[in-house]
Amino acid sequence: MTFRDDVKYQESHEWALKDDNLVIVGISDYAQDSLGDVVYVELPDVGDVKKKGDSFGVVESVKAASDVYMPVSGEIIEINADLDDNPSNVNDSPFDSGWLIKIKPSDPSELDSLMSAQEYKTYTEGLEE
Amino acid sequence: MSSYRFDSPIPPLLYEISRPGRRGVLLPESDVPDTPLPDNLVRSDADELRLPEVSEQDVVRHFTKLSHANMSIDTNFYPLGSCTMKYNPKINEAVASHPGFASQHPLGREEDTQGALAVMYRLQHMLAEISGFSAVSLQPAAGAQGELTGILMIRAYHESRGDTKRTKILVPDSAHGTNPATVTMAGYQTVEIPSNNRGTVDLDALRAACGDDVAGLMITNPNTAGLFEEDIVAIVDAVHGCGGLVYGDGANFNAILGIVRPGDLGVDVMHFNLHKTFSTPHGGGGPGAGPVGAAPVLAPFLPGPIVTRGGTDDGDYRFTMPENTIGRLKSFHGNFGMLLRAYAYIMMHGADGLRAISDNAVLNANYLRVLTERAFPVKFKRTCMHEFISVGSVYDGVSTMDVAKRLLDYGFHAPTVYFPLIVKDALMIEPTESENRETLETFADALQAVADEAQNNPDLLHDAPHTTPLRRLDEVSAVRNLVLRYQR
Amino acid sequence: MAYIGNTDADRRIMLDRLGLSSIDDLFTDIPADHRFPELELPPAQTELELLRDIESLAAQNAAGSGMLSFVGAGVYRHFIPAIVSYLSGRGEFATAYTPYQAEASQGTVQTIFEYQSMVADLLGMDVVNASHYDGSTAVAEAAIMAVRSTRGRSQVVLSGTLHPEYIQVTRTYLKPQGIAIDVVDPPEAAGSTGPTMESLLAAIGDDTACLIVQNPDFLGRYVDLRGLADQVHERGALLVVHIDPIATALFTSPGALGADIVTGEGQPLGIPLSYGGPYLGIFAARKELVRKMPGRLAGQTTDTTGARGFVLTLNTREQHIRRDKATSNICTNQGLMALRATIYLAAMGPKGLSQAARLCWQNAHHAARLLAEIPGCSVLPDLFFKEFVLRTPVPAADVIARAAGAGVVPGLALDRYYPERTHEILIAVTEAYARADIERLADAVREAVTRTADAHAGKEALR
Repeated sequence: MTFRDDVKYQESHEWALKDDNLVIVGISDYAQDSLGDVVYVELPDVGDVKKKGDSFGVVESVKAASDVYMPVSGEIIEINADLDDNPSNVNDSPFDSGWLIKIKPSDPSELDSLMSAQEYKTYTEGLEE
Repeated sequence: MSSYRFDSPIPPLLYEISRPGRRGVLLPESDVPDTPLPDNLVRSDADELRLPEVSEQDVVRHFTKLSHANMSIDTNFYPLGSCTMKYNPKINEAVASHPGFASQHPLGREEDTQGALAVMYRLQHMLAEISGFSAVSLQPAAGAQGELTGILMIRAYHESRGDTKRTKILVPDSAHGTNPATVTMAGYQTVEIPSNNRGTVDLDALRAACGDDVAGLMITNPNTAGLFEEDIVAIVDAVHGCGGLVYGDGANFNAILGIVRPGDLGVDVMHFNLHKTFSTPHGGGGPGAGPVGAAPVLAPFLPGPIVTRGGTDDGDYRFTMPENTIGRLKSFHGNFGMLLRAYAYIMMHGADGLRAISDNAVLNANYLRVLTERAFPVKFKRTCMHEFISVGSVYDGVSTMDVAKRLLDYGFHAPTVYFPLIVKDALMIEPTESENRETLETFADALQAVADEAQNNPDLLHDAPHTTPLRRLDEVSAVRNLVLRYQR
Repeated sequence: MAYIGNTDADRRIMLDRLGLSSIDDLFTDIPADHRFPELELPPAQTELELLRDIESLAAQNAAGSGMLSFVGAGVYRHFIPAIVSYLSGRGEFATAYTPYQAEASQGTVQTIFEYQSMVADLLGMDVVNASHYDGSTAVAEAAIMAVRSTRGRSQVVLSGTLHPEYIQVTRTYLKPQGIAIDVVDPPEAAGSTGPTMESLLAAIGDDTACLIVQNPDFLGRYVDLRGLADQVHERGALLVVHIDPIATALFTSPGALGADIVTGEGQPLGIPLSYGGPYLGIFAARKELVRKMPGRLAGQTTDTTGARGFVLTLNTREQHIRRDKATSNICTNQGLMALRATIYLAAMGPKGLSQAARLCWQNAHHAARLLAEIPGCSVLPDLFFKEFVLRTPVPAADVIARAAGAGVVPGLALDRYYPERTHEILIAVTEAYARADIERLADAVREAVTRTADAHAGKEALR
């Protein structure tokens, strides 16, 4: 299990990476592993504006469908359209080619409230018990 | 394109054996004066009707072979929890195919259909008596539609009182997915109520959720863990106390015929699954029938039409719309063919026979629970009703799904798996009353053998099933590469 | 009891194993004051007694007493080849459940896949499910799906000549979800044939998710829908077409006409009338909309050895996974009815099905011609397939009652649904009727019209 440490996490298992003035969002390695083989990813339209905590899409395996939630508020400026044809990228490479959306944050300080890799790792260990 | 292999025990698709010019059923030529067709509106060559062209024998062989690729109640023990896979008496089919019913158009005049109306009238009354309700509508076409009916009736009741502040329906977390899906269809929000460690509704949590924004509760009793909600009276009181009404999901009614009547417990409205409790065939998933019974407070809201008798109680049968009806749920009057089968089933049982069904269904489940608990631990160690839940993932590296697939090799349909959601890796086992003791014991032996294999030779389970016409099917690639129709 | 597996001796052994003295001990969780109610039910019958009861009930139905009926109005007397009941009656199909364990259910799943394929070809559509109860609920679910598929639109436009009961069912389904319905020009007035294309298009607004039209419509009219889809799409809405599957064998497919969602009543495909059900809701969509579709879908895949097989797929749309966010609460897959339809389509083949449709056309037009010759009678609409309206010079109810007295039910009195239309009968004629039946119909109506007119004249004279 990888807990990449240059990104921040939230309890609903999304990671967020600050990249210049954008925030890139995906789901964690832990999340993709619990979900199993991802078969479909539903993403928002570019230009949608959503608040932190809003659902922005759904990641589906054969047996489950998980909503994914905004780690920060802002405008969706890019979506990973490649996932339409290659949803398995979310499993194979959750932190790279499996990214979901890029957000232009309206309040970048919201990132500060997210968990560090170590905090998130401890959090997931608690879920296993 | 096709990956069909001609050594497969499964027949190819009819399209794949089609040959131009081959004919099945022939029809006569027209013998009336000709009326030309409007050429500009008929199908063009590009829009040519392309169906398989096969002989009648091709069709018979095809479907006969396909039928052999199914497990069914007629061929196998089918302990699919929460589905009540009991024996389907064949007299039901004879009754339903009687031309006096099967060929009767639903819009025949009432005076020309008194026989069919009498069946519906009697069935309404018998279902009301069995469940303790004051009125029954036979309209709903399936259990899920019965659920929608019930919640729409609750909605109509509140609206009729000008009470529009209620927006929530309470649903225990052990409920079938149809319950929350129904709540959404009825324009309400679901509030999930947790279960306690005994597998039943957490009464304190329920009480805390009750308020003047609650329209009602949907409760399945016995619940999906196969347990009778022993606090049912307190649960009903709590919901009524905040002004809500109680919907009973009748999915598990087979456990309580002649044992207890939901209407007597204060439930306000409930659906019956005729294909579960009253032996109409499951048909590979349908058709079902989901009549709804209601207490006096909700009876005027029932969907219609329902059958009443003119004037006094011995007049002609006729259709009536209940006073404040929520309207129609389907065209015509209900899945009559299913109603007829259920009528036959109840008529052949009488009160004592119905009680015997539940006595034996519950006895069978408890006996099987005790016989199997060494192989796979039972989640809630207490007397169950018609079904019980085992945990399928107790052996290292072996999943509940592996266990289910391996059971197929022993000639048993698998139990329901991974449901209810309150139990991780659940195997939900419902034997029904029609199985005998030897069958239960053989199934328990098979579960023990699978448990032994899980410890000694787990790959046997990972690779299961081995003896079915096809080996384990890949559900992931089915979604990733969607093929939903024959590809030429 | 015949349907209970165990004997008293078995029960004794089982109770001993459980450490209980009686079966009643299994029910201690049930509130004592409500336990074991006395049920007042008729005494149990044996199979023989039940059959006597059933025979006498069946004889009280018109179908059981040999009447010739021309009632249609959504479901029809069509020819059903013998192999449909023969094969669909097999217990391996009838007593299986939803194919949750695909490896033990290939018979059912492959049949659904073949149904999806054949109906897709019949309709000219991409994706078909086999989940809906009947035509009416298919229409209601199509309306909901259209709203889900057109962001921000929350109203639907229904042609007034949709089956009146379908309109009622759609209202029941849509009202709680806050979806508004505009029913355009229902044909309530005598002689009306409902809305024009112009009035339907004019009803589509910025908030309209879909237009739903039935073709042939409730009054039997076949509507030329060419060009309609483009105009509906220009207005940002979807086109839903409700079809008759037999007519579709002959006329341009709804897919070729550009429909986005197609519904239909599948009863004509080998399913008996059975006094109202069970039937089969046909439901199809363009593939771009598949994730918004309700209902079970069978998809192709392979097993671990590479052999082709089928599984239920796209399950995440459904209630057992998505729960309160599911596309519908539907849990049924109308398997046994879809099986009948699949066997029917296979047995008929493209030539047989087209021939059935041609015979419907010929027979219905022959009947209409004979009936229109009766003094004072006329037929509408101009273009119809297998069903039409006969306008009578005397009240339709009287005509029907008199003809029924002679063993022929000529059709449905239209005032059942449109109270002002007291002098009109909706008549359906299919391939199942012989030329002699059609002539008997014409004779019975002629006789009934004449006698009713005479009786009215007599009453007038007595005044």
